[in-house]
Amino acid sequence: MNAIKAQINHMEVEVQEGTTILDAAKKVGFTIPTLCHHADLKPQGSCGICVVEVEGFPAMKRACMTEMVNGWKIHTNSARVRAVRKTLLELILSNHEMDCPICIKNNACELQRLAATLGMTTLKYPQNFQKKKIDNTSVAIVRNPNKCILCGRCVQVCTEIQTVNALALSMRGFNTVITDAFDAGLGNSVCVNCGQCIVYCPVGALYEKSCVDKVWEVINDPGKHVVVQEAPAVRATLGEEFGMEPGSLVSGKMHATLRRMRFDAVFDTNFAADLTILEEGTEIVDRVKNGGKLPVITSCSPGWIKFMETFYPHLSEYVSTAKSPQQMFGALSKTYYSEIKGIPPEKIVSVSVMPCTAKKFECNRPEMNSSRYQDVDYVLTTREIARMMKEAGIDLKEMPDEPADDPMGEYSGAATIFGVTGGVMEAALRSAYFLITGKELEDLDILPVRGMEGVKEAEIDVNGLKLKVAVAHGLGNARKILDKVSTQLKNEGKSEYHIIEIMACPGGCVGGGGQPWGSNMARRARRGETLLKEDKSLPYRRSHENPSIKAIYEKYLEQPNSKKAHHLLHTHYYKRSKVDGKVILDT
Amino acid sequence: MSAKNHCNCARVDEEDLYPKLEEMIAQHKGKPTELIMALHKAQNLFGYLPKKAQELISERLNVPISTVCGVISFYSFFSTVPKGRHTVKVCLGTACYVRGGQQTLKKVEKELNTKVGSTTEDRRYSVDIVRCIGACGLAPAVLVDKDVYGRVKSTKLMDILGKYE
Repeated sequence: MNAIKAQINHMEVEVQEGTTILDAAKKVGFTIPTLCHHADLKPQGSCGICVVEVEGFPAMKRACMTEMVNGWKIHTNSARVRAVRKTLLELILSNHEMDCPICIKNNACELQRLAATLGMTTLKYPQNFQKKKIDNTSVAIVRNPNKCILCGRCVQVCTEIQTVNALALSMRGFNTVITDAFDAGLGNSVCVNCGQCIVYCPVGALYEKSCVDKVWEVINDPGKHVVVQEAPAVRATLGEEFGMEPGSLVSGKMHATLRRMRFDAVFDTNFAADLTILEEGTEIVDRVKNGGKLPVITSCSPGWIKFMETFYPHLSEYVSTAKSPQQMFGALSKTYYSEIKGIPPEKIVSVSVMPCTAKKFECNRPEMNSSRYQDVDYVLTTREIARMMKEAGIDLKEMPDEPADDPMGEYSGAATIFGVTGGVMEAALRSAYFLITGKELEDLDILPVRGMEGVKEAEIDVNGLKLKVAVAHGLGNARKILDKVSTQLKNEGKSEYHIIEIMACPGGCVGGGGQPWGSNMARRARRGETLLKEDKSLPYRRSHENPSIKAIYEKYLEQPNSKKAHHLLHTHYYKRSKVDGKVILDT
Repeated sequence: MSAKNHCNCARVDEEDLYPKLEEMIAQHKGKPTELIMALHKAQNLFGYLPKKAQELISERLNVPISTVCGVISFYSFFSTVPKGRHTVKVCLGTACYVRGGQQTLKKVEKELNTKVGSTTEDRRYSVDIVRCIGACGLAPAVLVDKDVYGRVKSTKLMDILGKYE
């Protein structure tokens, strides 16, 4: 690699060939403002905010996508550059609905921040936009085109990272919109509700469909018994909403806050994650030992499940029938818990706090009513519960650490790592080892399945039995492994893999579509490490050791994969249309 | 044949065209980069791009349906509403505009009871605008199919349109 020598704002700079002006400027202490640029995505240069002057070139260049050239003299903050940036921003603002104080993105909006950075105090151009219809068709995601600045990040993440292709640019010129096929609405599209578009949207054009009001209503209803569960990944991110460092672990503070918000029982999804391992692990062991269908593919991620039903329905019989922890918990809250507490199930409202927008879709799936009621009534994202906590005037940071309630609050370390890519695999292997050999796995840290690499593979020796496993996170990465498996199954009748873990979101649930604003790959990794740390700190690190899990099987479910367990804790899948995502036929 | 009968015929015919479409786009199978060519063929075949044809092309070429819709909406040549047997294009280029093209267009819309970008119910006419057809000396100009009419006064309009069954 050659070194490039150039000047930025009269400062000498030397960088590697291929470095963009944006990165080179940072090296000598100049931050070039950006809007459409995102560290995780390929630069598109759609907004033009990062323009700079290069001596000898009449036209300005976009710093995010222009590579440095030897001898260039670059100016990143000249009067002309600053004026052009302001004009560009004014034009964007003239076509943007500016109701900032009541916008979902208020205080977290990149456009708002940019206006401040550029020192905007007045607007030359009047507001000039035609109000477009808000897309409310999805149960999970709302799209407000009036806020959209057409940066294209959502399209990029939907096509390149997730390969779902629900969103595309449509029309042209002033009429350009980002929309789905036939403009039918996300609820009538192949959208898998992963919410990564929300994560990458710089403004308030994409957000979750909120059920904050409904949850307040049931909390305040004395006739309702409201139980709450929180997903593993929420405890590694919720602190960010209260100004804590990314990666702060707040399990205890979260339980304490929820209790003070007057939820009637504060449980933990981690309990159900342990249960998932027992159910899924038993299924894995059965299929490995008795010549069942292999590989077993995990089923916890509802974005992945809809993706599979739409694009890989031929693999549906390989996917574990175990429900996700959220849905297992929901079914048990209105059966097991209802029975031991003597509270009629119709009085119980089951609320979950999830890092995920697809969970909203999952809880509304018509088959998710094993308790004869909708098993999970309301799903709140991490962002939504943070808003409620703030509304209640409780500062999470200041809360003491409190445990979750019995009998569905105790959890093992294996459960808490469900929230990070590789975690379900690791948890499953810890218990599968025991179920296969009758002995405990000594070294519990299964390092090859950890980390942020898109596809991870490992061979695990279980007392002489070699288990080939693969882990993929982000649906584009999932495709890589699924295409390979599909080819192997087609050509050889079997696959080299025994177990495959798939999470729809990059990084796993710590990078979910419902997580605090500002996710990027680096932050996802930090959040993931937090969960791995909590795992190490817990008294039990294997799901089958969790005393509450032992108790529920003794008292209620008999044993993993029993008839009762099957009824409450397992599900089935459908085939979906690649046009509108609707169910085609029962597989 | 009365206009009404023709309309019904067209609907029945459309279903029959799909085997033909399959045949025409067979060479583009699995080739996403040839999307526009396939759409072009389908539009020529149907006169527009029915939803079902879009879905078929999406499936056969392995292009996401959202992309197919996006591309169609970008190019003004593509239409997702049925085209009439005849296309009436009113020129709104600068010369035609200043010589009353806008009034001509209004008259066309009124007489045919339809809007720009749409088709009459009997599928006899589609109405569109063009930006200069190089007949500025004849402004305001109207194009019906491939015939150019110059100095179209609103009185002359219905005589012209009447020629096209």
